[in-house]
Amino acid sequence: MNLDFTPEQIAFREEVRAFIAENYPEDLKSKMADSEELGKEDYLAWHRILAKKGWVAPGWPKEYGGPGWSTVERYIFAEECAKADTMMILPFGINMVGPVIYTFGTPEQKARFLPRILSGEDWWCQGYSEPGAGSDLASLRTKAERQGDHYIVNGQKTWTTLAQHADWGFFLVRTDPDAKMQEGISFLLIDMKSPGITVRPIITLGGEHEVNEVFLDNVKVPVENRIFHENKGWTCAKFLLAHERTGIAGVARSKRGIEKLKQIAKTEQANDRPLIEDPFFRRKIAELEMDLTALEYTELRVLANEQAGKGPGPESSLLKIKGTEVQQRITELVLEAVGHYGAPYFRGFPEDGDNIYPIGPDYAHQAAPRYFNMRKTSIYGGSNEIQRNIIAKMVLGL
Amino acid sequence: MNFEYTEEQTLLRNTLSRYFADAYDFEARRKMTGSDAGRDPAVWTALAEELGILGAAFSEEQGGLGGGALENMLIMEEFGKALAVEPYLSTVVVAGGFLKRSKSPAAEGMIEKIISGEAIVAFAYAEPTGRYDLSAVKTEAKASGSGYTISGQKSVVAGAPWATHFVVTAKTATGVAAFLVEAGADGISMRSYPTVDGGMAAEVQFDGVSVGADARLTAEDGLADIELVVDEATVAACAEAVGCLHQLHAQTMQYAKERKQFGRAIADFQVLQHRMVDMFMEVEQAVSMTLMATLKLGEDAKARAAAVSLAKAKVGRACKFVGENAIQIHGGMGMTDELAVGHYFKRATILEGLFGSIDHHLARYEKLSF
Ligand SMILES: Cc1cc2nc3c(=O)[nH]c(=O)nc-3n(C[C@H](O)[C@H](O)[C@H](O)COP(=O)(O)OP(=O)(O)OC[C@H]3O[C@@H](n4cnc5c(N)ncnc54)[C@H](O)[C@@H]3O)c2cc1C
Ligand SMILES: Cc1cc2nc3c(=O)[nH]c(=O)nc-3n(C[C@H](O)[C@H](O)[C@H](O)COP(=O)(O)OP(=O)(O)OC[C@H]3O[C@@H](n4cnc5c(N)ncnc54)[C@H](O)[C@@H]3O)c2cc1C
Repeated sequence: MNLDFTPEQIAFREEVRAFIAENYPEDLKSKMADSEELGKEDYLAWHRILAKKGWVAPGWPKEYGGPGWSTVERYIFAEECAKADTMMILPFGINMVGPVIYTFGTPEQKARFLPRILSGEDWWCQGYSEPGAGSDLASLRTKAERQGDHYIVNGQKTWTTLAQHADWGFFLVRTDPDAKMQEGISFLLIDMKSPGITVRPIITLGGEHEVNEVFLDNVKVPVENRIFHENKGWTCAKFLLAHERTGIAGVARSKRGIEKLKQIAKTEQANDRPLIEDPFFRRKIAELEMDLTALEYTELRVLANEQAGKGPGPESSLLKIKGTEVQQRITELVLEAVGHYGAPYFRGFPEDGDNIYPIGPDYAHQAAPRYFNMRKTSIYGGSNEIQRNIIAKMVLGL
Repeated sequence: MNFEYTEEQTLLRNTLSRYFADAYDFEARRKMTGSDAGRDPAVWTALAEELGILGAAFSEEQGGLGGGALENMLIMEEFGKALAVEPYLSTVVVAGGFLKRSKSPAAEGMIEKIISGEAIVAFAYAEPTGRYDLSAVKTEAKASGSGYTISGQKSVVAGAPWATHFVVTAKTATGVAAFLVEAGADGISMRSYPTVDGGMAAEVQFDGVSVGADARLTAEDGLADIELVVDEATVAACAEAVGCLHQLHAQTMQYAKERKQFGRAIADFQVLQHRMVDMFMEVEQAVSMTLMATLKLGEDAKARAAAVSLAKAKVGRACKFVGENAIQIHGGMGMTDELAVGHYFKRATILEGLFGSIDHHLARYEKLSF
């Protein structure tokens, strides 16, 4: 047992660090710092740079365009990206549908979709949840009826993240209305420009347009866009959910989040003394670091298992629960740290350039919206209650 | 021992509750807070004239209805239930609180204006680096002639864009005092903005603002007066939180009974039942603490401050627990701007920090009682 990096791994870390320093777009840095609303191109700029380098899909096997990294190298890469505050790579193509396609797809499907996921040419969205099917995903009702070499899809999806930018969506649809729950479901790739698709925004707590309702009205989908067998889509869905859950611990990003929190607590003054000197506040940061360290070493154990060819199993539910709790706690403490300046609301209210008095420090501007927004993490990707049910059943055998 | 309200108090609560139900439902509120002004001035006029409640907490000699802290509590709770953004807290509880005790000749006329709805007052006390410490004031009131010249910057002044007057705290030769200043006075500039809870606020700059001697509402060394009024305001904020919390709990219960997953109402899942029980217990304790603190506002400064801080810390915890779990139990729906529950959560979050965070109040309590 050994926690040290090898000299090769240290060299790799230096290489990643240098690459980010040289290639990360300056304007993205300032946009993210100012918490501006990000456009499609902003999301994609860093994706494209990494794609060119061959680093955009750390988890993919080499034959499909992955870098062929070991678990440790992937870990190092994630750490370096987080340290540099790089833009998150959207998960829907790279982490979700990509692995489904290279695991379950036909050679034609792989050739058609994988390169465009890597390059960022296609933006993907996830069409799972429906108004009546959230935690109980298998009760979904959007139906696809076979007509010759097409399916005709009718129904409604909801909470579809960033569907407003999407070129393609992967959808769970019911192909056998008579089968029990999970058994009549298929996994379809649908061109979001197909006639009959309507995307309507849902505005969330912080004022963001991040999720959408997606209506499907007699949408024609070629049968060749189905992944895996008809009525066996649940196999793909479950595989994908497990993939979705490992990344969700977000250890590297949370480490960076705590660093920033400390910086804020050093800057904020409580009666002319830095907040970080307040014993109550610093104790809360210490507790947060305790939880994050426990999470980190639990994740490393899971990764080690994975490297040994086991997993990711239902243990990843633990990472999801504890990871999201830490992420939420960071935003909570940032909001607490900024005091009165958590209240001003900046969306749609840009600060003009030559203002005489700024409205509080920059780091306070998104403190409240971020805290509100991060409540989503214990709801999506299988709510934290559902994750506990999974651990109870699958891990503890209750 | 008697926890019952008088007939007048019950009437007051019912009248206000009915008014908000008719004129201030969630959709109406959305329109008002979404407008450029951020509110509909007709509401304030109605509170003053139609309902006549702006005088409820003033004595009869001052032109009021003879009530006090309990009336403020009842009113603020209804504000919390309706998520009303109108500046009752800063105008009646804070400014009224200073004015009703003030020996300044300007006070009487000002109370009249508050009761009639003519005056709206914002409380300019927070500063960029003072956090929640009321004595950490850098704004200065320099004696000049028979009056003062006030200079300094005040942060996140709630209701400032609507205000006809400010109560501003400033450092004098001997301590900290509160001053009444007209919002239009020379030397005042403002940068207004909306707040995350649907209200409006501003950064307010006082740049050599001249006021007369009668603008001073407290002693020159008036920290004790300021602490008293802010304690009253803190309890009023607790009462508003209680109204908010009741709604968060009720809406969550209703949603959980209606929302079906896995073929049954999610309210059937024991883990959610227990969560809603915990929320219920938090709400009930918040009610108790608010009442306790309201009843202790009349005690000596130390006992009063200790009671208020303990109450605010407890209510702050309730805001966090009940608010976060209301969203969690609503699932994705809790994240939407469309449902009222998210807006209650946002207000509860701001109330949690208003006049001091949980930590601030626990620390204050420790200092006073250990
Ligand atoms: C910001 C955001 C982005 C999202 N993005 C996407 C996306 O891109 N694509 C997509 O398909 N979906 C997406 N979702 C949907 C997300 O997966 C669902 O919100 C989630 O599955 C919960 O479903 P629900 O919202 O219907 O809540 P419900 O299932 O109605 O749950 C309500 C509450 O009941 C609890 N509950 C439910 N069942 C049980 C049980 N058996 N035991 C105990 N408690 C239970 C839940 O934990 C929750 O607290 C997103 C959601 C959000 C908020
Ligand atoms: C010090 C002591 C003094 C006592 N004095 C008396 C006495 O004077 N007279 C008398 O009659 N009895 C007395 N009792 C007994 C006491 O009432 C029982 O212990 C109690 O009712 C729990 O029953 P149990 O011990 O069989 O535990 P169980 O009922 O077996 O419970 C075990 C655990 O399961 C949980 N549990 C059970 N059912 C549910 C459910 N539906 N949902 C969720 N969780 C559940 C319980 O909360 C507990 O944590 C006493 C017990 C103690 C420890």
